[in-house]
Amino acid sequence: MLRACLRGANATARNNFGKTRLTNLQHCRHYTAGETSGGGAAKVVAAGLVTVGGGIGGTILYAKWDNKFRAAVENNVPYSDWLLGLALGPPSPKSGLPIKKQELAQPPSMMDKQTNVSKAKSEKKVKEAAESPASEMSPVPIQPAQSIEEASAEATHIISAISEVTSVPAPCDTEGAAVKEEYKDCHEHQDTSVTAAVHPDTESPTATEPLKERPVEEVAAILAQQDQEEQDIATSVSASLEESLTSSAKATLQAIGAQEAALQAITRHTLKLKEAMEAEVPPQEKSAQWKDLEAALADRTGAVNDAETALSKANEALDSLKSVIDKSKGLKVSAVRPLVLAAEENLHNMVVDLDKVVTKVHSAESEAKIVSQYSELVNEAKQQFQREVSSLTPEIQANWKGLTGKLSSDDLNALIAHAHRRIDQLNRELAEQRVREQIHIDAALEQQKLEDQKALEKAVSTALQHIKEEARLEQERKLSELREVMEAEMRTQLRRQAAAHTDHVRDVLKVQEQELRVDAEQVLSSKMLEQETRYRQLSQEQLDNFTLDMNTAYARLKGMEEAIDSHVVAEEEARKAHQLWLSVEALNYTLKTANADIPTVPLEGAAQAVRDSCHDSDFALALSSALPEESLHRGVYSEASLRARFNSLRSLARRVALIDESHNSLYQYFLSYLQAALLFEEKQEAPPAQLCSEDLDPFKLLSYASYCLEHGDLELAAKLVNQLRGEARRVVEDWLTEARLTLETRQVVSLLSAYANAVGLGTTQAP
Amino acid sequence: MSEKELGKKWDRCLADSAIKLGTGLGLGIVFSVLFFKRHTWPISFGSGVGLGMAYANCQNDLRSHYLQHRRQSVFI
Repeated sequence: MLRACLRGANATARNNFGKTRLTNLQHCRHYTAGETSGGGAAKVVAAGLVTVGGGIGGTILYAKWDNKFRAAVENNVPYSDWLLGLALGPPSPKSGLPIKKQELAQPPSMMDKQTNVSKAKSEKKVKEAAESPASEMSPVPIQPAQSIEEASAEATHIISAISEVTSVPAPCDTEGAAVKEEYKDCHEHQDTSVTAAVHPDTESPTATEPLKERPVEEVAAILAQQDQEEQDIATSVSASLEESLTSSAKATLQAIGAQEAALQAITRHTLKLKEAMEAEVPPQEKSAQWKDLEAALADRTGAVNDAETALSKANEALDSLKSVIDKSKGLKVSAVRPLVLAAEENLHNMVVDLDKVVTKVHSAESEAKIVSQYSELVNEAKQQFQREVSSLTPEIQANWKGLTGKLSSDDLNALIAHAHRRIDQLNRELAEQRVREQIHIDAALEQQKLEDQKALEKAVSTALQHIKEEARLEQERKLSELREVMEAEMRTQLRRQAAAHTDHVRDVLKVQEQELRVDAEQVLSSKMLEQETRYRQLSQEQLDNFTLDMNTAYARLKGMEEAIDSHVVAEEEARKAHQLWLSVEALNYTLKTANADIPTVPLEGAAQAVRDSCHDSDFALALSSALPEESLHRGVYSEASLRARFNSLRSLARRVALIDESHNSLYQYFLSYLQAALLFEEKQEAPPAQLCSEDLDPFKLLSYASYCLEHGDLELAAKLVNQLRGEARRVVEDWLTEARLTLETRQVVSLLSAYANAVGLGTTQAP
Repeated sequence: MSEKELGKKWDRCLADSAIKLGTGLGLGIVFSVLFFKRHTWPISFGSGVGLGMAYANCQNDLRSHYLQHRRQSVFI
């Protein structure tokens, strides 16, 4: 359309003016420029708006994410705090907290380190305070649970104090070392305590607990327990000792027997050997003798072996007995001591006997050895001689004594020569021997001396041992005897003390008994007195209560009588009031008997009834006499009828509105009728609270009255209608009187009913 | 009923005016016919008289309340 206009304009311009293209173009340009300028401007504006909006949105979002930025923006840009508050809500309370939170989040180990530090501190404190090391370990695990809260509080304090988190390797290491140290110390302590004979757990409670006196029963129980234990131990020890004693005795006896047997065997053997060596016995018996000797040797070896085994057994038994004795000694139980002592004595005796027998055996053995050496020498000489002889005379066998007949003279000569030679040799040896005799004897003596010394030493040592043992035993015996004596004496003393104690206790008890008796008697007498007084009090109370009850009952009776009387009176009153009320209601009802145009029935009867029922009330009488005569004789019209009548009256009153004393000609009547025809007023208009002079216009008044009547306000309507003047007034006069009558009657009746209600309410007794 | 009075008055008035008018008219007609050679002026005169009398009567009737009649109680 614009372009069409343009074209038209161009055409006309071209037609009209020659050089108007420029202007047209200008116009066009203006238009287009305006267009472009308009479009361009819009675009610019839109772009600007978008930019600004984007900027604001972006700042808001970023401020939401970063509170520092938000704070900065709020500080620098004037009304940004309001805008940001609107968009995001109030800012976070402190700027420091997020930093704290971040810092708290980053190094969680910091908290642990802090708790460790505080734990170490608490540990140190505990260690200083506690006495025993074992008890430290138990409270330490309990304490950290409590101290973690403290530690966390401390940690927050520390963290809040520091603005930035600094790396804390140093304290961790040192306190770790400290913790380790403490742990090591604890362990060391524990170890030392463990190394002690007593268990550390049992030690610590007894150490940490203050020493308190244990109750007597406990002590007695413990003592009894201890006695029982001792008894048990004693019996067991005695049994074991007996057993070991018997076994060792048996073994020892056996050993002794074996040793004796061995001794005998050895002596027999040596005797036999001696006999065999020295006796010149015929050859037949010689083999028998040798056989005997061998048997004896076998016996001896057997006996010796037996003796050795028996000895070893005996030694074992004795060792076991010794160990048992040592163990029982180690138990440190007094009852065991005599048994131990006896056992030791027995042991000692057995050892002594065994040693004696062993020495005997050894001596016999040594003798036997000498004899056997001698026999060996002799045998060796014999054998050598035999060899010599055999070497000289090979065909000759042993036992050269029996060979005298078989040998030849050469052999004999050789033999004699050999014999001579041998004799010479032997003589020479003998001479040598004689020469060396002394030396040999000395050597032998020396040897003997040494041996004797050794034997002596051995004997001495054994004797010493025995004597020591005996002395010790003696000492122990004496000690035990002494102990017994002491015990007996202690017992006597204790008995004496106990007797003294019992005497003292008896005296004290007597005194206490006296005191207690006196106290008890006192208490008894006081209680008796109390009971007496209480009894008297109670009886008095009872009496008082009884009289009180009687009085109350009498008063109540009186009250009840009065109440009944007042009830009767009140009922009478109530009846009267009721009657009045009923009559007033009847009167009220008669008012309702008005129909459309018929007045009510005459109120005479009802009024008479009312008058009858209110003799004593002047007010009611006055009221009942105040009823208007007309209502009494003729009755009154109902409001509805009055309303209907008014509606018909209204048009009439309108028509004669202009007529009054001065204006009452027919012409005035005509004008009045014309006015009524032409004037339109509200059918009903709400009357104002105060009537002004304008409102006294009859039309207005009638509309007000109509409104009032429609709304049931007869009184106001009557008042308004009363304001009519002139002919209109004359016209509505009758209506007004009727209305007045009705109003009067109604007022009186309402007063009477109010009065009757009041009287009725007054007479009803409140529950 | 005071409201019916006016109606009654108007009834009387109308009746009276009708009578008077009619009578006047009639007399006028009569007189016109008898005495005045059928001129119209006696008719109009008669009706006029009649109307006037009716008017006056009506007005008087309607006004009657406002005019306090002196009680003539002079009996000599």
